[in-house]
Amino acid sequence: MNIIVPVKLVPDLVEELTIDASGTALDTAWLRMIINEFDDHAIEQAILIKERTGAHVTVLSTNVEGVDDLLFTAAAKGADRLIKLNGDFEGGVNNHALARAITDIVKGLQPDLVLTGVQAHNDLDGQIGPLLAGYLEMPYVGCVSGFTMNNGQVIARKEYPGGLLAEMAVRLPAVLGIQAAEQPPRYVAISKIRQIMKSTIIEEQAIATLDSEGGPTIGRMFKPEVSEYAIMIEGDINEICTKLIEVFKEAGVL
Amino acid sequence: MVTTAIPHNPSFSETFISSLYKGENGERFRSCLQCGSCSGVCPFGSLMDYPPGRMIAGLRADEFDLVMETDTVWMCVSCYACAQICPSKIPITAGLMTRTKEELVLAGNVPSELQHALENSQRYGNPMGESPRKRADWITGIQPQVTILGKERRPVDVLWFVGDYPSYHPRVQIVAKALAKILNTLGINFGILGPEENTDGDTQRLAGERGLFEMLAEKNGRIFNKYQFERIITSDPHAYNALKNEYPAIGISYPVQHSTQFLAERIDQLKPLLKQEVPAAVTYHDPCYLGRVNGIFDEPRMLLEAIPGVKLVEMAHNHASSLCCGGGGGGMWLDGFQWEKAHARLSEWRIQEAVDIGANILAVACPYEPPRFEDAIKMTQQAGKLVVKDIVELLADALG
Repeated sequence: MNIIVPVKLVPDLVEELTIDASGTALDTAWLRMIINEFDDHAIEQAILIKERTGAHVTVLSTNVEGVDDLLFTAAAKGADRLIKLNGDFEGGVNNHALARAITDIVKGLQPDLVLTGVQAHNDLDGQIGPLLAGYLEMPYVGCVSGFTMNNGQVIARKEYPGGLLAEMAVRLPAVLGIQAAEQPPRYVAISKIRQIMKSTIIEEQAIATLDSEGGPTIGRMFKPEVSEYAIMIEGDINEICTKLIEVFKEAGVL
Repeated sequence: MVTTAIPHNPSFSETFISSLYKGENGERFRSCLQCGSCSGVCPFGSLMDYPPGRMIAGLRADEFDLVMETDTVWMCVSCYACAQICPSKIPITAGLMTRTKEELVLAGNVPSELQHALENSQRYGNPMGESPRKRADWITGIQPQVTILGKERRPVDVLWFVGDYPSYHPRVQIVAKALAKILNTLGINFGILGPEENTDGDTQRLAGERGLFEMLAEKNGRIFNKYQFERIITSDPHAYNALKNEYPAIGISYPVQHSTQFLAERIDQLKPLLKQEVPAAVTYHDPCYLGRVNGIFDEPRMLLEAIPGVKLVEMAHNHASSLCCGGGGGGMWLDGFQWEKAHARLSEWRIQEAVDIGANILAVACPYEPPRFEDAIKMTQQAGKLVVKDIVELLADALG
């Protein structure tokens, strides 16, 4: 079983986000990047399969700040091969461009299974999986939260609202968009990561062109604006509480 | 007490168990009398499948794998009571509990609450997952301004290692501000590291993440090296313990004092300034890593007695027998996990002792304690009027 896990880094929301002068993108000056949470689950699911039935796991990601830590951490968890993709990712890259860019690389790795996060918070379009599956001419199932494998096919489990579960059979090779691994992403001790950094090589591959056609063009990026129905209460905690009590009293709920 | 809350990965290294005997004073495991003192004094001993004495028996019977299959060691709050009482001087906290946690962490068997704190410490330099850039936000409005060394780049007499909870926790920020007020009043030439400061890593180390501790210590060491100062002070007993006892072993060595030691040295200058009376029966909680581990019992009491109106009373457990607040050894980040197992909180037992002695104020000297004890007061009958104050808060109040 050859599993390929394409993952990406997204802005870390611990730092406040600011919008750059163009008004269409985040200011990258203070931006810190962190692994997309769903991609972290995709890595965990791949490692679980490896531990359960044996598999070769390759994790690949674009070369932006933080990628080495991400890849070494994946290796410390059990990933066998690490690939970093070099290209011009400075201005961000949409999922159409990314899917086109990694199709040939993923194809060359001859996957039985491609696991990737079902979506990421910096675009919320959930398109990387379906697009990649389309270019690779493989079936795709998204929002997967666990699966079993049986005779060359995967039984993927999806959770629907209202307490319903569905199981669908998918023929391999296939692309699955992971909503949640069967268990939360594991902790890996720092000493293990440090050890891996000394003994593991990150392969590098170049991406020559990025074609973002088909993706959305951002017209305006902005923070939520105060509407006439909202009151933004300002001040220190005591002032805010006092005003809040007044508001509740006015509304007759206190 | 086997739980599904922790993934059980059986890949413990084969050399681990024999390595326990090879650690510092590890041969003393063979001299255990099985007197049971450690298990008796352990605040969670009665709730462990393998309290410390039974752990040692398991080790000597080559059945330590049975111990590792239970949650026992995650109930350990590294309070050092077992190690201190042991007549054979067996290094139970350092050589058994911490080492066992290390082995479990290496195998990936970490309770999820603790996992978040460890991941946050690695990524953001603080266990709460707060922005490193906001580490010095608490100094806003303080006059005279608190110097951040990275900004002002001037030599100072005192580098104040502020620590995580005084930097970020709204309740403990009040303590940080009180200490700033006292240092300013005494005319101390001091500075802080602000965004460059990382968590000291001591509690992460005691929770079994040795590699993370070393990484954090190295980061702090590199920052210390950039600036000129005579000594380090800190209000955090764990930071104090790390800087005094652990950092030197990895080549980071500076004179360090707990803030209560530093202020007690200046008691002659400080005492005449304490004019505001604090009329209260005050009892003092000895933090494990200030008192039991590092022998600092007198200075905090000296400071309290310098405050006019304070009547110092002692709880049933005091000085070396002090009862842990429950925050040590990772307990700070295992609250839900330990509650699930114990349905008891050490902080609540401690509050009951303060109530029993008739104290009005519970004085503390560790940044874990104001939030822990204030929460415990809400859960303890007849504790409603008890007030928790750090010693520096009481001193700042007395300055008027």
